[in-house]
Amino acid sequence: MNASAGPAARVEMHAIGKSFPGVRALSGVDLTLYPGEIHALLGENGAGKSTLIKILTGALDRDAGEIRLDGEPVDFRSTGEAQTSGISTVYQEVNLIPAMSVTKNLALGPSDGAFGIISWRKARAAARQKLARLNLDIDIEQPVGTFSVAVQQLVAIAHALDDDTSVLVLDEPTASLDAQETATLFSILRDLKSRGMAIVFITHFLDQVYEISDRISVLRNGGLVGTGLASDISRQELISMMIGRELGEVEATFAHKASEEKGTEKLVARGIGRKRTLEPFDLTLHAGEVVGLAGLLGSGRTELTKLVLGAIRADSGTLEVGGKDVGRNTPRQSLESGIAFCPEDRKAEGLVGDLSIRENIMLSMQAKNGWLRRVPRKQQERLASEMIDALAIATPDAEKPVRQLSGGNQQKVVLARALASKPEILLLDEPTRGIDVGAHAEIIMLIRRLCEDGMALLVASSELDEIVAASDRVAVMRDRRKIGEIAGEDIKRDNIIRMIAGEDGGQH
Amino acid sequence: MASTDSTAEHSAPGRVKAIAQSRAIWPLLALALILIVAGFISPNFYEIRIVEGRLFGNLIDILYRAVPTALVALGMAVVIGTRGIDLSVGSIIAIVGAVIVWRIKMGDPHVTILFTALAAGILCGMWNGFLVAALGIQPIIATLILMVSGRGIGMLINLLYGGTDPSFESAFLQGLSTGSIWLIPTRLVLAAGIFLALWLLIRRTALGLFVESVGGNAAASNLAGVNARVIVFVAYVLCGLLSAWAGIIMTADTHTSDPVSVALYIELDAILAVVIGGGSLAGGRIYLGMTVIGALVIQALTTATLISGLPPEYNLIIKALVVLSVLFLQSANARNAIRGLVSRKPS
Amino acid sequence: MNKKYLPLAATIAVFVALFVTGGAMYNNFLSTLVLGNILADNAFIIIAAIGATFVILSGGIDLSIGSMIGLVGVCMAVLDRMGWHPLAAAALMICFGILYGALQGFIIDFCDIQPFIVTLAGLFLLRGLCFMVTLESVPIRHDFVDLYASAKIPLPGRGVLRSSAIVMLASLALAIFIAHFTRFGNSVYAIGGDKESARLMGVNIRRTTVGIYAIGGFYSALAGVVYALYTSSGYPLAGSTLELSAIAAVVLGGTLLTGGVGMVAGTLFGGMILGLISTLIIFHGSLNSAWILISSGVLLFAFIVLHRFLVSSFDLRGTS
Repeated sequence: MNASAGPAARVEMHAIGKSFPGVRALSGVDLTLYPGEIHALLGENGAGKSTLIKILTGALDRDAGEIRLDGEPVDFRSTGEAQTSGISTVYQEVNLIPAMSVTKNLALGPSDGAFGIISWRKARAAARQKLARLNLDIDIEQPVGTFSVAVQQLVAIAHALDDDTSVLVLDEPTASLDAQETATLFSILRDLKSRGMAIVFITHFLDQVYEISDRISVLRNGGLVGTGLASDISRQELISMMIGRELGEVEATFAHKASEEKGTEKLVARGIGRKRTLEPFDLTLHAGEVVGLAGLLGSGRTELTKLVLGAIRADSGTLEVGGKDVGRNTPRQSLESGIAFCPEDRKAEGLVGDLSIRENIMLSMQAKNGWLRRVPRKQQERLASEMIDALAIATPDAEKPVRQLSGGNQQKVVLARALASKPEILLLDEPTRGIDVGAHAEIIMLIRRLCEDGMALLVASSELDEIVAASDRVAVMRDRRKIGEIAGEDIKRDNIIRMIAGEDGGQH
Repeated sequence: MASTDSTAEHSAPGRVKAIAQSRAIWPLLALALILIVAGFISPNFYEIRIVEGRLFGNLIDILYRAVPTALVALGMAVVIGTRGIDLSVGSIIAIVGAVIVWRIKMGDPHVTILFTALAAGILCGMWNGFLVAALGIQPIIATLILMVSGRGIGMLINLLYGGTDPSFESAFLQGLSTGSIWLIPTRLVLAAGIFLALWLLIRRTALGLFVESVGGNAAASNLAGVNARVIVFVAYVLCGLLSAWAGIIMTADTHTSDPVSVALYIELDAILAVVIGGGSLAGGRIYLGMTVIGALVIQALTTATLISGLPPEYNLIIKALVVLSVLFLQSANARNAIRGLVSRKPS
Repeated sequence: MNKKYLPLAATIAVFVALFVTGGAMYNNFLSTLVLGNILADNAFIIIAAIGATFVILSGGIDLSIGSMIGLVGVCMAVLDRMGWHPLAAAALMICFGILYGALQGFIIDFCDIQPFIVTLAGLFLLRGLCFMVTLESVPIRHDFVDLYASAKIPLPGRGVLRSSAIVMLASLALAIFIAHFTRFGNSVYAIGGDKESARLMGVNIRRTTVGIYAIGGFYSALAGVVYALYTSSGYPLAGSTLELSAIAAVVLGGTLLTGGVGMVAGTLFGGMILGLISTLIIFHGSLNSAWILISSGVLLFAFIVLHRFLVSSFDLRGTS
């Protein structure tokens, strides 16, 4: 693949910008796609991958920048328009109708007329032909839901492809495929590539990136970190582009506690795991200690915190909290034994958007108190205003619906709720996701302060510098497995990157 | 109405907007409007007399007749707060009515009758709550089962005492229906007491907060330590209990049990009252006071239609138009379309 | 066997079991005469339920069915008094039904309001219109009504297929064609299965939604016509709570209330099950009609729980 002197670009996206209320999702991003290339698009959650793809496929409007298709400026207002121009997308969650047969799924789409009559004989022939293009031989009369996810994924690709598709966007197509299925998919992608299609491939599996892609673009915090030939970028460089700042920046200036300074054991997990979610792991949290959880997207960070909380039910292992065996706990029991949790996805799992800041802050504490012993309004107001002051939540008053706050302030409300329940153990999943630099620093400071007060903290983060800056000990995750821990002076970005990249394990 | 609303927003942004955004103002305005129009139609509309030691008059009548719907609507408000719905309230009323007549014929004392009736309502609520919270069936489907079979159960209970005549005489229930305490109709006192008790339960314990958080975001509430299933279950039980109270009053009014046609479409009126009171079917908020206003709006409409000399059935059309306009005002797409029309006209 | 046929198989099993039970209990029950009568007596419910099948397959609900039946009846009666031919009046009312249904579909999709509430408004509005048209029962007196009542096709045995049953079976055939042999029908299943996926797969949600409720309106208006001709009168209270029977027939017919799974043909059996239950209970004589409601409720419960666990098995096998 020769980008500079090769064939003319099929798609040129230039200086793309997009803001959502309170969040700048993308700014000044360039992306060029050539015919006959597979272009990997990488970045952590919230880096802007989906937004960029949605702008390309017409699912979102852009605020700034321009898109050219074969040199002509285009302005898609719907996915349908993009599709007609030859840009097809397969989304992360397979978008098919599980209860309908393969034939019927493939027959769906913009129709010629509302009452167009379907000849199922012709539809079956068309379906077979589409699947043959992908070398897929299955019983097309079976409901899609009865096939493996890999086959479903291929059916979705078959649905997306038609004769004039020139750009194919695949959003995490391999997330739930095994090695064999991935190999099948890749051979099909190579075949499509050889026929001159431009393919955008979003993934978080680095092995696959090197196996299949010609060029790589990395996004972080809504900006383009860089684009280059896959053969020119080393694995470590790539990880560093995704989760670390560029080399040469100042290392965090915080003294990690030596191992002998550890406090009492607050939480001990032995062999906790769940099939197909996370391999069994051991983990100990001490009073006055911050344990960082490092790893790439999909390595199992969130799953680990949720297993400890009991939001994902473990099928093996034991959990001790404060010396007592708590067995298979639920989030409710965890709350009572002193564990509080701040989830990664604030909107879906963290906040009740229509309730006020005060009510959101109160929720866990009140749940711990029980429904009968309602915290009096005066006390609620005092607590809310204390929390608003302590965490510097920017709001005119505590009665504002939490939905109206900015991302950083919403995160602080989630934190405030956890803290209001007076936990001894705090689990934070991505506490600084999608918030601005100032709030970011404040939250890191807060984590350190809580730790000094004797709390035990587990902080999962995709920001390596954050892990390095805040943790006394770091647990490193890879491929749904906890692969090791490092502590004290060993906590350095390079060490962690090396572990994540699997250099110790001898991969690549 | 919608177009003048948005032009007003443009001309005087400050105060008008603040008033317009207060959710309480619209139902109250609607109620006032209905009462004013009714006053024009019938000059002595506002007159209140004392007859036989009890207040009489159109305004009292509206309050008096709105009681059953208001009670059911309060239960519905709690269920809707959890992002649910209960279609079976009319059937619960039918069952409660049959239970009351059955126990009267068996010669039970008043207190036993009362508690058996309430227990029947609670049992119905537990059934619905079980289907929704434990089996995870969509509320609209789960409560459809009792809605379909409940009236049959009521008819069956009527068969229990083998009586072909389900009518009865009961001084106690008569008192509930037409009696009065210090000039005020007894049922208004009773309804106020129930409202107060419910308000204390929802707002003076943490139940209201939990219901609203589960309705707003069940996943987040679970992670924050709230047991969402229990909360949902309790909501349906409360709705069953409140429907049972409505059933007691309606049975007292009719002196009989008529499972086939008692409280027909009351679930729709109750849902309507919640929606007029500003509750969204998407859940997450309980407005007890405004729900009562919603029920009063519906009853005032009915009464106003009656005194205007129109056949009472015209009321249905007015109700439909009220539902549609409330929905249009709540829909973002429709508001934008109207705004587009309004802003295009002047230019 | 394909899992999605399981509810339909259960429906047919229940129907056969009920019919055989009837035959074991009463002489002359297992006959084309009884079958023909059940078909004719329940024709209007089944026709309305066929329309509701489309709505429910798409994940929606239509509460305006009963009121539409009432309105069509009174309008036909009043138009008859004004000298219209019943067929002309029927055509007019069916056009109205289609337009009103389409309007409901448009409001549901454009305003993004739950179908439950929009069709609830329809229930009120159409019933109110009934009372505006007339407040009393109006007879339809026309030669055509007599012709309609007397026309029949003999069946083997002593049974006959009456006009209502013929209209019902013809409209069922049309519905099967629309549901299973058109792009539109395919889209209905897709919207009911997963609306977001359907949108991403390029299905035109608005056009399909409008079409679905227009079909619902068409079938409820047709049910109203059949009901009016069958009773040869129009009564403003006719068809009250009939929407519930129609929904029950759809569910008993093996269509999931959550949408996406089911077959139009199943609705015929669902409606026949309801008809069989009442016939059996009427045959028994001493049983109260309460049992009709209760046994419908029990069957409804059984089917809903069956569907619930079927759906979770689909979810398990489907996408994450």
